[in-house]
Amino acid sequence: MAELKGTRDGYGEALIELGEKDSNIVVLDADLGSSTRARKFATKFPERYFNVGVAEQNMIGIASGLACTGKTVFASTFAIFATGRPWEQIRNSVCFSNLNVKIVASHGGITVGADGASHQSLEDVAIMRCIPNMKVIVPCDYEETKKTMREIVKVKGPYYIRLGRAKYPVLTNPDTPFEVGKGHIFRKGKHVTIISTGTMLDHALKAAAQLEKQDVQAEVMHIHTIKPIDAELIAASAKKTRCVVTVEEHSVIGGLGSAVSEVLCSCCPVPVERIGIQDKFGRSGSPEVLIKVYNMDVPDIVEAAKKVIQKKD
Amino acid sequence: MKEKRLSIDFFIVNELDAQGLISPEWSNTVIDEKKIQHLKNTAQKVRRKIIEILGRAGSGHPGGSLSSTEIIVSLYEGIMDVDPSQPRKMQRDRLVLSKGHSCPALYVMLAFKGFFPVEDLDHLRQWGSHLQGHPDMKSTPGVDMSSGSLGQGLSAACGIALAAKIDKRDFWTYCIIGDGEAQEGQIWEASMFAAHNKLDNLIVFLDFNKQQIEGRVDEIIGPLQYEEKWKSFGWHVQTIDGHSFKEIFHAVDTAKKSRFKPFMIIANTVKGKGVSFMEWNLDFHGTAPKGTEIEKAISEINDSAF
Ligand SMILES: Cc1ncc(C[n+]2csc(CCOP(=O)(O)OP(=O)(O)O)c2C)c(N)n1
Repeated sequence: MAELKGTRDGYGEALIELGEKDSNIVVLDADLGSSTRARKFATKFPERYFNVGVAEQNMIGIASGLACTGKTVFASTFAIFATGRPWEQIRNSVCFSNLNVKIVASHGGITVGADGASHQSLEDVAIMRCIPNMKVIVPCDYEETKKTMREIVKVKGPYYIRLGRAKYPVLTNPDTPFEVGKGHIFRKGKHVTIISTGTMLDHALKAAAQLEKQDVQAEVMHIHTIKPIDAELIAASAKKTRCVVTVEEHSVIGGLGSAVSEVLCSCCPVPVERIGIQDKFGRSGSPEVLIKVYNMDVPDIVEAAKKVIQKKD
Repeated sequence: MKEKRLSIDFFIVNELDAQGLISPEWSNTVIDEKKIQHLKNTAQKVRRKIIEILGRAGSGHPGGSLSSTEIIVSLYEGIMDVDPSQPRKMQRDRLVLSKGHSCPALYVMLAFKGFFPVEDLDHLRQWGSHLQGHPDMKSTPGVDMSSGSLGQGLSAACGIALAAKIDKRDFWTYCIIGDGEAQEGQIWEASMFAAHNKLDNLIVFLDFNKQQIEGRVDEIIGPLQYEEKWKSFGWHVQTIDGHSFKEIFHAVDTAKKSRFKPFMIIANTVKGKGVSFMEWNLDFHGTAPKGTEIEKAISEINDSAF
């Protein structure tokens, strides 16, 4: 069993690591720093940490001003409040001028759990990836979150990094290859391609293991960077397997499923099944229960794989 | 006007006034008659050019550009420390024109200062021009922050002023907001932030022209007690005639000497100022003059006696 760790813990730790190297980094919080783990930064660098209060639109505006004065800014809160409330500020104050603001949000997806629908962000990837200049990354675990952080500080411009609330299996190690914009194949196969993003990689791998027992060889691809997406890798795999299942903890409208379909329909049209939230709001419940009732669990992925294989020509 | 934050005088001022607000001192060292004459001439030229370029563009916002003219002329003709040959220099004062639709006034002033050729103004709002319908910092030399979506610029100005504080740099950040714009909640989020973080390097003008698009501000969403509002939000506040250079320069001088709090200058202005048929006329909020209107406006501006 893989060790369980929070992606947001990777964020907090990486912030300190980066803050030590670069005195130009400033961290903004909208009164959720303990939850997002951004607050960790304040323990070391209080003079570069600002809780702006419960004022997300202002947080993004402050970030834009800091960034156009040469700062590398991290702005954090829950995914729903980081992207939904200040969407237009992100578009007009940050992305339009391509400013160096990294929005790192925790509590993305249904595994927020008990807090329920108001706090479960299921649309954030969709509304971030449609903004020009914005890049979107959903790391699969604690370790990959740290790598993401180390890479995005090297590139000026806006990023949206989506993290979760729960503890998730650590599936990668410091040596697992990671490159922004590049997908990674965790398991080779030839009958179907399962493409997952974020912490759903664990479910995708488990589904592939079950399929193996039924003589189906599934290729499992992890797409951490939803934008810019690794179209080449996705097309190459789809050309081989001729069918695709996407798996994400996000609405199937506008998220990974859409992004992958956009790639495939223009270069390699094959049947696609999209596992994710089917145009619904969340409910309270434990992460495990929610993943089951919203049909995103391992057996659902297995079924989707079999179904999509039936559809290939 | 060149005093900076940390000189000894300021500490004496602090001792005298725990609130950090000094009273305005009226003196000719801040601004003399000769300077005022020069500023008036410049404002006249700026107004004329605003009308010309809006007329040529066939669209744009005359009302709010004309009400902000004296403020923008003052900033670039004697208040702000900027270098047109190095528009991105780190050590410079900055302006966020939060009411971005007033950019014709800013563009004209920047061109007159030499940030870009005056001829560029002829292509305002056209395909291929660096002069966009609303300010774009990536396109136009001298524009410090993109704007156009109301309510956002004050937050950006706070971020700039905060960066100066973090790095202990002594440049000033200016911002111009509209009275209609002040209906945006984000303005008040930013106002709380600025006061809480003691951004006394931030000087904001409220272009209080009493009108927005659909009517009078007080009839749309009052009450308008801006002085009380910003004071209660922890700001220094001074109300002036926003078309008087003397009052603008003295207010900024006061703001620079005052400490601990951000500074709000409530500038009483007239929308469409300087062109009789545009003054107080909502039709010219966002409609450019055309045909004989252009000629009439320009001849009125030319005839305006100083
Ligand atoms: C967020 C946003 N909402 C609406 C508009 C459209 N708009 C442009 S100017 C304006 C009225 C602004 O009034 P005020 O701030 O008083 O400007 P002024 O009268 O000085 O031109 C509106 C509603 C906008 N630019 N941004």
